[in-house]
Amino acid sequence: METQPIIAIKNLWKSFGKNKVLRGINLTVDKGESLVILGRSGSGKSVTIECLVGLLEADKGKLEVFGTDITKLDYKALNRIRLRIGFLFQGGALYDSMSVRENLAFTLKHHTAHLSEIEIEKQILEALDSVGLQEAIDKMPSELSGGMVKRIGLARTLIIKPEIILYDEPTAGLDTITAKEISELILSVQKKYKTTSLIITHDINCAKMTGNRIMIIKDGVIHAQGSYDELMNSPDDWVRSFFV
Amino acid sequence: MVPFLKEQFTQAGKFSMFIGRFFKEIVLPPFQFNEFIRQCFAIGYKSLPLVSITGFIMGLVLTIQSRPTMTKFGAESWLPSMVSLSLIREIAPVVTALICAGKIASGIGAELGSMKVTSQIDAMEVSAINPYKYLVVTRILAATLMVPILVIFADVVGVFGGYIGYNVHGTIGLQRYFSEVIEHLDFLDLLPATIKTFFFGFFIGTIGCYKGFNASGGTASVGLAANSAVVTASLSIFIVDMLAVQITDLFF
Repeated sequence: METQPIIAIKNLWKSFGKNKVLRGINLTVDKGESLVILGRSGSGKSVTIECLVGLLEADKGKLEVFGTDITKLDYKALNRIRLRIGFLFQGGALYDSMSVRENLAFTLKHHTAHLSEIEIEKQILEALDSVGLQEAIDKMPSELSGGMVKRIGLARTLIIKPEIILYDEPTAGLDTITAKEISELILSVQKKYKTTSLIITHDINCAKMTGNRIMIIKDGVIHAQGSYDELMNSPDDWVRSFFV
Repeated sequence: MVPFLKEQFTQAGKFSMFIGRFFKEIVLPPFQFNEFIRQCFAIGYKSLPLVSITGFIMGLVLTIQSRPTMTKFGAESWLPSMVSLSLIREIAPVVTALICAGKIASGIGAELGSMKVTSQIDAMEVSAINPYKYLVVTRILAATLMVPILVIFADVVGVFGGYIGYNVHGTIGLQRYFSEVIEHLDFLDLLPATIKTFFFGFFIGTIGCYKGFNASGGTASVGLAANSAVVTASLSIFIVDMLAVQITDLFF
């Protein structure tokens, strides 16, 4: 029996002024799958996932998440969907006026008024344990390294127990070893929390490690898709150039 | 010329919608009470030293500067009432509001601008937390309530500064000085001056938030947002003051 995809983007168009960034993107992600979107800078990778959580308004097209077209939802209904999606920003986007503990507690306190302080603390520690950074609980974001910021960002995402996690350039700006650690962390999170992942990157090692399937965006449309090996051996020189 | 005018009208429209959203969000739950208290502390309490020093100097300098002229006209005894009336009706509200525009509007503009360009506001949005309600409503409300309190505080400190200034060249007791001040103060001196400070606070908060919330294009825009917030808020204070004086003149 064929199951409905957890994410389905149909004919997505998005422009900024006269610049047409997305020109009819079509993609689906199945439950438990890990899809990587590759593409050059400015190709519209981040715009695609920002449309998916309603940060940007699509010009045209359908954005179905959990079977619901989010372009037709009001603010409250959209927020209910957003609570089932985690979003790891490129720069981590930690609230810099709050400590790590407060960063993690912030979302939880807003949406779970019934939780006691002890329960909140327990969940914070559990999320930090998942990213291996329990000792950073009292630190401020300014005291963290680039890799730690990404890990804490992921912990903050995990605390709401999302079914889907969208990663925007999770390894950007990191050295090779830290980037590999982040890729391994993404894999371990997928395994532990059984999440569906949509990973935007131009780090080919990250794509190889984390993706079940890879899509390549060119000129605002999906240019190629397949497994890592299929794309690496593609007859298209431009596609192969990503893997050199 | 046409594109310039179009841009100005677009900005005016966006700003009006921003203000409209404030009045919509302020009545809808959930209410961010803790953040509101935190902002009152940051905007009100943390501005007290600056407002105190400014208020004291305003009273002191105004008294010392006015004294020779008042003495020339044989009206030295009118000095306490003249200084206090000038301070309470006009100088303290406007100068305190300008100080607040410099400190509060720029602070809010820079803070929200920085949050905007580092995706912190987007992070709130995707966490299903309304950033407008949490960041904007609380700050505008806190500025609207705290600026009048700061102005009243500056009034009191300024009058005391006037007392010190009077005693530089003359002698007057504290009790007699304040009796002179209160005797010549009317309720109608206080009421319009206090009402307009709520508008000063509202515009300081709103402009700071608007500039910060709409920052875009990287770190340079943070400085631009802070700078633009101070300039626009200061200008708005003079415009509101001019309108307030006209309205007061019409009714009182």
